[in-house]
Amino acid sequence: MSRRLFNFNGGVKPPYNKEASLGEAIADFFAVAPMPAEFVIPLHQSVGGPPHPLVKAGETVKKGQLIGGPDGNVSSAVHASTSGRVKAVEMRLMPHTSGLSALCVVIEPDGKDEWIDHAPVPWRSMSPGEVRDALRDAGVVGLGGAVFPSHLKVNPGKQGHLDTLVINGAECEPFITCDDMQMRQRPDGIIKGAAILRDLTQAKQVLIGIEDNKPEAVAIMRAAVDRLQAERIEIVAVPTRYPAGGAKQLIRVLTGIEVAHGKRSTDYGVQCFNTGTAHAIHDALELGRPMISRILTVAGNVDRPRNFEVRFGTPMNDVVALCGARPDSDRYIMGGPMMGYRMPAETVPVVKATNCILVGSKAMFPPPPPEMPCIRCGECAKACPSDLAPFELFWFSRAKIFGKAQEYHLFDCIECGCCAYVCPANIPLVDYYRFAKSEIWARENEKSAADTARERYEFRLAREERDKAEKATRLAAKAAETKAKLAEQQAGSDAKKDLIAAAAARVADAENKTNAS
Amino acid sequence: MISALLVMALGAVILGAALGYAAVRFRVEGDPLVEKIDGILPQTQCGQCGFPGCRPYAEAIARGEADINQCPPGGEEGIKKLADLLGREAKPLSGEHGIEKAKSVAVIVENLCIGCTLCIQACPVDAIVGAAKQMHTVIATQCTGCELCLEPCPVDCIVMEPIAESVESWKWQYPVFEIARRSA
Amino acid sequence: MQANSPFFRRNVSIQGVMLKVLAALLPAIAVYVWFFGTAILIQIALTSIAALAGEALILSLRDKPVAIFLSDGSALVTAWLIALTFPPIAPWWLTVTATLIAIIVVKHLYGGLGQNPFNPAMVAFCLMIVAYPQMMSQWPAVGFTDFAAQVAAIFGERHIDALVMATPLDALRTGLHTPEAHATVAGIFGAGASFGNIGGKGWEWIAGGYLLGGLWLMQQRVISWRQPVAFLGTLMLIAGIASLAAPDRFAGPLFHALTGGAMLGAFFITTDPITGATTPRGKLIFAAGVAALVWIIRTFGAYPDGIAFATLLMNICVPLIDMATQPPVFGHKED
Repeated sequence: MSRRLFNFNGGVKPPYNKEASLGEAIADFFAVAPMPAEFVIPLHQSVGGPPHPLVKAGETVKKGQLIGGPDGNVSSAVHASTSGRVKAVEMRLMPHTSGLSALCVVIEPDGKDEWIDHAPVPWRSMSPGEVRDALRDAGVVGLGGAVFPSHLKVNPGKQGHLDTLVINGAECEPFITCDDMQMRQRPDGIIKGAAILRDLTQAKQVLIGIEDNKPEAVAIMRAAVDRLQAERIEIVAVPTRYPAGGAKQLIRVLTGIEVAHGKRSTDYGVQCFNTGTAHAIHDALELGRPMISRILTVAGNVDRPRNFEVRFGTPMNDVVALCGARPDSDRYIMGGPMMGYRMPAETVPVVKATNCILVGSKAMFPPPPPEMPCIRCGECAKACPSDLAPFELFWFSRAKIFGKAQEYHLFDCIECGCCAYVCPANIPLVDYYRFAKSEIWARENEKSAADTARERYEFRLAREERDKAEKATRLAAKAAETKAKLAEQQAGSDAKKDLIAAAAARVADAENKTNAS
Repeated sequence: MISALLVMALGAVILGAALGYAAVRFRVEGDPLVEKIDGILPQTQCGQCGFPGCRPYAEAIARGEADINQCPPGGEEGIKKLADLLGREAKPLSGEHGIEKAKSVAVIVENLCIGCTLCIQACPVDAIVGAAKQMHTVIATQCTGCELCLEPCPVDCIVMEPIAESVESWKWQYPVFEIARRSA
Repeated sequence: MQANSPFFRRNVSIQGVMLKVLAALLPAIAVYVWFFGTAILIQIALTSIAALAGEALILSLRDKPVAIFLSDGSALVTAWLIALTFPPIAPWWLTVTATLIAIIVVKHLYGGLGQNPFNPAMVAFCLMIVAYPQMMSQWPAVGFTDFAAQVAAIFGERHIDALVMATPLDALRTGLHTPEAHATVAGIFGAGASFGNIGGKGWEWIAGGYLLGGLWLMQQRVISWRQPVAFLGTLMLIAGIASLAAPDRFAGPLFHALTGGAMLGAFFITTDPITGATTPRGKLIFAAGVAALVWIIRTFGAYPDGIAFATLLMNICVPLIDMATQPPVFGHKED
């Protein structure tokens, strides 16, 4: 029975702090909270191109109505979270560390929460391309936090089928319990979703990996597999070690396959979806419901940590208000303590990536002690799940030697935070990597812009050259033509002269005759 | 004593000959330096350096006829890169050639445009589209911000708009937890 | 600027690491005192004060926060290593100068903590043994623990001929390098070398102290098993082969492992993270290289022990070793 599991190098065992938010069942935010004054729904909530707005201020929308159309294939749709009136389509503060704004659809709810007409998608009778379009238009993206559009991943790969479909219920980040609670309370949707994914990707087996610190979820999910008689779906308890829930790490643990950076996992015959995403795919196809809400954990410095199902666009502080943030709270973190992002304000909306609102305080997450010099102790290398040499990357990033950093595989870094977690010198290693990565991206963009500009400029020069040459030949041709015409004219004028002379002669003749007569 | 001198002298002659041979034998054809300099220049083709485009400027630098601090769009960082490439000291941007500005794109105020096509002719990268007596518009993604279209416009309907930072283009800052100074 | 993720960290610090290293040196120091008297404690005090003073001076000149760096313990580790590798009755100015050079020149002129390519204590040792070869080889006779005489040797007039005795390595070298003596290894040490007298009386007990401390550091995960194993393994392997081939001319593996600075080198010097290799394979290569050089220098060189020179030679190779032994990255293992 017991399946052979593999190991990944590195990883850490931080305090998990999960029990606190496991006490209560998932609450529907709408059922337990007053209606928010407005929903601020960012159009760009997934990896890929930002969707374009399909509604204007003043229009009324229904729950589930498409308000943001996907921009090309690498993009995902956005829908109204509830029925109401579109108050504005404008720039609003994003749930992003930058503190910048982006285009959002602001909906004033009418309180009726009326669904738009929707019907199950007959996905079994549709072509794979049509199913992918349906998922894209339903706005289904990865709910593990990376928000990669799911329709791009529902792909059997080159060989036409997957060997293994991995469903990720590991949930290794401390504090977060939304997947755990969803597996405990809504296992059927997840299993059914996994079965749909299994059929869409022609997967030979489906492995649902759950960290073994969630025995209840493992038991409930196993029971659900048996009850639903789901074929080729297996629940696998994996050892608890952060970041076992990283897609690459979980694939490695379950199958032994290491998916290199920049490669598609389908090339290796595997693909990975989060449990929440599997549930959302089930909802989108079997119920026809677009993605308008998700389950999230509110934890940290609150009196009553728990899980909610929250519509996208709900202000975070409205959700936290139900949990009683303690007075010394000083920040919201979206995600967990290892990889989460500091929010610029408490009012930013819940989005598809919000798996957790972690309320922090100075006491709970003290500011890091002063950064000391690196002593090359190698703790970070031991902890790195990507087998990188973090301290080398740190040297290069700090010195802005980006080429070297890339040579040492900077972009294989998954920013899991293990290195900074163990660093005795308190170096904010991940910050250096984030800095180096965004610098490299910016430079590459600049470089390609410069290359395009050079190409276009050179083309323009060549075109001007060509125009000049053409003009020259045209002029030459014209000159020749004119000359010819002149010559002709010359000839012509001679003839005229003759005519004139002849006429003159005739006139003279006639005159002579008249005179003579 | 004499023999030591002779040995050293002989060594010098042999090494010199070898170097001289290598210089002839492995001579690099073409002028990759110009390519490298051109690769650093921002390709705005704005002509602020006093040359008609980035490549002529690159050639002038390679010939030693132009200094490395004449490119305002390249800014301090561009000068630094050129200095690194050429093994020279970086120096501040030369004031007579302009000042470094935030990256911007040209935007045509559409209700003022008379469709004269003068800007289209001025644009070095063909980033303006339109036809005679038709409204023109700038393809923002291809605009290099060279400002060459501003001057020819008879109705001054082109404005430069700085490119705003977006969530997508935002960059993580260099970490500054440094404990550098005692007072800090 | 506010902190970004990760928002919490494991409770570890450089200070903690350094303090553990210092603690691991205590057993050996205790044995040292037992066999060679309390002079070593005076030396430790001298070098510690000199190291802290030098560090404080340079830190304030460099406008760095003095308190944080002074309390990180790294200067103390250097100081203690100098005290433990120098003869305990070396004059005070010798150890103090050595310590100041180690801290100021070798550590801070290269950029301070974490930046020095060479092990400061080892540079100090090499410098002094080149400059003052005689004083650097005057070791007190085992069992000579007269405190007053030792203090006098350190601070006052040096009438120490009666105090000193050749170290086992010295004895071996002098014996074997003097052709007319026709000495053999067995002849020098006496045929009946038994435990307690393998590496020279007293020496292997000190080595045992280092071993104990080193094993504890390993258990604490402060140091890796790789350097000690590679170092001792290589040293004993080479010594073993050589002594099998020519038992009269080459000392045996146990002697090499238990005498001089071998154990100190195995657990406390080749394991220095700053100046050593960092990759798993690199650590093995680095320590094995040091060991091979130690044996060569001990056997054929002009100086009694080779740990310091061997370490510095391998320190130079570290960037190369690290570059050549980068382990494959996740997902890139086949290519």
